[in-house]
Amino acid sequence: MTQGILLSSDVTESFMIKGVFKYTIFGQEVWITTTHICMLIVMLVLMVFALCVNRALKHASEVPTGLQNVAELIVEKLDGMVKSSMGKHAKVFGNYIATIFIFILVSNISGILGLRPPTADYGVTLPLGILTFTLIHVTQFKNNSLKQIWTDMCSPLPPWLPIWFPINVISEIAVPISLSLRLFANVLSGTIMMALVYGLLQWFAVLWPAALHVYFDLFSGAIQTYVFCMLTMTYISNAYGEES
Amino acid sequence: MSDLGLIRACSAIGAGLAVIAGIGPGVGQGIAAGHGAAAVGRNPGAKGDIMTTMLLGQAVAETTGLYGLLVALLLLFVHPLDV
Repeated sequence: MTQGILLSSDVTESFMIKGVFKYTIFGQEVWITTTHICMLIVMLVLMVFALCVNRALKHASEVPTGLQNVAELIVEKLDGMVKSSMGKHAKVFGNYIATIFIFILVSNISGILGLRPPTADYGVTLPLGILTFTLIHVTQFKNNSLKQIWTDMCSPLPPWLPIWFPINVISEIAVPISLSLRLFANVLSGTIMMALVYGLLQWFAVLWPAALHVYFDLFSGAIQTYVFCMLTMTYISNAYGEES
Repeated sequence: MSDLGLIRACSAIGAGLAVIAGIGPGVGQGIAAGHGAAAVGRNPGAKGDIMTTMLLGQAVAETTGLYGLLVALLLLFVHPLDV
């Protein structure tokens, strides 16, 4: 059993993260895993799409056609989503939310194309959670006075009696952990379920697992993407405090 | 039975017990869906808003069940208790 990679074992399960290429850096064994490769593929697809859209928008017309139509639809939908839950702060965070939305969505549904979804690796979702955590607290410190933050952190009790402070700190730290674990566990459970279907039923699993793919990859992936972005936006909106 | 075999067997039983955590989110999501259906019945115009709110709440409620699933997966595939 290799200890280097989380959730890997000597049994060759098809849903495990596999090391593809090993190299040594500063005396540490480092692996290039399937996650890296699938994430590179996802990034390449997104980059090529972005370049194509850029080229299409260079000679954009009043009445959109073809690729311009698709791009305008995507941007409009995402902007609408951000605007509906963040109100007047939508301008500041619109780009970030749209970026992670597209990235997580394409990552989640890449399972349907035979890749191992990159978000089924805790090493991908935890940084996303930490980014959200950082954004929440940067926003909080920018828009509130220190006194107000202290009052918030002692919240149910008056600010001169900070008994509740440690519990509030724990609940703040729980935010990125629960965000990232939710996304990770959902995508991982879908991946494992599909691997079990293919592994147990062998030749019997033809064509009809497509229905399961629609549920586990498309539906669940899209819902979890939406939930991740929605929660991020809600937390950031809350961090603006009362004066907003 | 060898020590390792006993540990693996008990890990498997523990994994089975851990996924009992799925009962809670099942009940919770059912309640959310029921209230969602009632809300749509009362105000069919607000179907979209009710739908998104319900799905968001359900996904958050799902988290506790997923923690149980994660514990089960760790016990089954990472073998943290091995000697």
